Amino acid sequence: MLNAINLQKTFNPGTINEKVALAGATLHLEEGEFCTVIGGNGAGKSTFLNAVAGVWPVDGGQILIDGTDVTGLPEHMRAKYLGRVFQDPMTGTAASMQIDENMALAARRGKSRGLSWGVTKAERGKYHEMLKELGLGLEDRLTAKVGLLSGGQRQALTLLMATIQKPKLLLLDEHTAALDPKTAAKVLEITDMLIKEHNLTAMMVTHNMRDAIRYGNRLIMMNEGKVILNISGEEKKKLTIEDLLHKFEEVSGEEFTNDTEILSK
Amino acid sequence: MGIETLIAGMPGTVAQGIIYGIMALGIFITFKLLNFADLSVDGSFATGGAVAAMVIVSGKSWVLALVLAFVAGAAAGLITGILHTVLGIPDILAGILTQLALYSINLRIANNQPNTPISVDKYNLAVSLRYKEDALITVLIFAVIIIAIMYWFFGTELGSAIRATGTNPAMAKAQGINVNFMKALGLVISNAIVAFAGALFAQFNGNADVNMGRGAIVIGLASIIIGDVLCNAIFRKKRNFISTLSFVVFGGILYYLFIAIVLWMKMPANDMKLFTAIIVAIFLAVPYLKNKANSSFRKAAREGGKNNA
Repeated sequence: MLNAINLQKTFNPGTINEKVALAGATLHLEEGEFCTVIGGNGAGKSTFLNAVAGVWPVDGGQILIDGTDVTGLPEHMRAKYLGRVFQDPMTGTAASMQIDENMALAARRGKSRGLSWGVTKAERGKYHEMLKELGLGLEDRLTAKVGLLSGGQRQALTLLMATIQKPKLLLLDEHTAALDPKTAAKVLEITDMLIKEHNLTAMMVTHNMRDAIRYGNRLIMMNEGKVILNISGEEKKKLTIEDLLHKFEEVSGEEFTNDTEILSK
Repeated sequence: MGIETLIAGMPGTVAQGIIYGIMALGIFITFKLLNFADLSVDGSFATGGAVAAMVIVSGKSWVLALVLAFVAGAAAGLITGILHTVLGIPDILAGILTQLALYSINLRIANNQPNTPISVDKYNLAVSLRYKEDALITVLIFAVIIIAIMYWFFGTELGSAIRATGTNPAMAKAQGINVNFMKALGLVISNAIVAFAGALFAQFNGNADVNMGRGAIVIGLASIIIGDVLCNAIFRKKRNFISTLSFVVFGGILYYLFIAIVLWMKMPANDMKLFTAIIVAIFLAVPYLKNKANSSFRKAAREGGKNNA
């Protein structure tokens, strides 16, 4: 479903702030694979997701989504293939617009937008049902402004919007990092439910090793702009945090010192 | 002059206020919906006046004058849009550049005449200060039509995309919206409405002046802010898009009413811009100060002390 081949990206090339963010990152995901992505700060996890989403053009490499080469497509033209949830709960929704309007915007992702109504009556009924499934009580607040919702509610809504049309690939960029532990767990549960329900292909960046092991059927670790570890199938099911730490040392040849704290257990 | 002069002039005052209100509806699109401080309107308001005056002087009907003014304003908005989206010039600067360029262009449109008279004695006009009551009804109808169209348009898929772009461009892009196109489209519609108001303004006052747009942005903002404060005070949570738009026009009426009273009180006309700036400053400051008074550190210290005493 996703084929990212040898991605290269350097920020601020030729300046004192030069930073090699992606140095030949390669990943192949089959349909229905739910891949968790771990790695220390600056390892290139978010950069990798942004490269796939087309936030900026890559310096080298190729990105194929479901066989279509999207390397040359700008962000808004790639959006039809992708569902995205961001780290900051404010990023994924339009605060001054209503819940139903936000969902309607997502329902038209990748379609041409004309002069028919932005939200139809039939849609409102559908959205009511979808929100009910979340169990957050949002179904009775369809016309409330999204800015009034809490961070967790906004992330849950963003998730729903990302999957309202089945995306070829769902990109989750540390989408629970800004939430309190209880809310984060709830949002993760909803994430898992939606991915299973729609049999989605997904990538989830997380700093939490336990979540990375518990969720999904694939795990990759990134370091210095490369994918350095790739675990799937039975091996992923049996994985423990100790295994991961050990594997990191093996592959990178470095001691897991500083990053142990960052990759919290 | 007694109060009866003020009252007798009321229909004309209100009509003029509604014309400012229509202009403010255009500014509302960029300022409130797109979150884009567009200063090109000072130029496009005068462009609308110049185009309308030239069409009317050439013997064509006022209908054509209004239509062509609308189109000319749209073109002006497109220039600002291109400066901002294609050439990457910051919003305020892009608007200022267009405004400056339009001064020369407006003079060219008007055959290098700084003032083009269009007397209601010689031409058939849409509105005129001479026929206050008729003018009032005409501009009111125009305002209602524009509000209705805006209400409809910003509820459509395209209009929603413009609003999403203004609120959260990152989210809009992730939903497949071309934010540059939406910004340019918003600027086009906004300046078209502003130029349309300029065309009405020129006919109402019987001349198109190259300087008539000076301060248009501030008058527009004054109308929007006065309307906003009142709409919140009256409707509170029940406020919707129709009431918001209606109160923009109402804000324009109140603004001009205030100016009329100040003029009636024999204040020098040259001081009007100063008064306008003061009104806008007051209406911007009042909600802020009120909010601050409700939750200030001094109050917190006082109340906290009381509770613990």
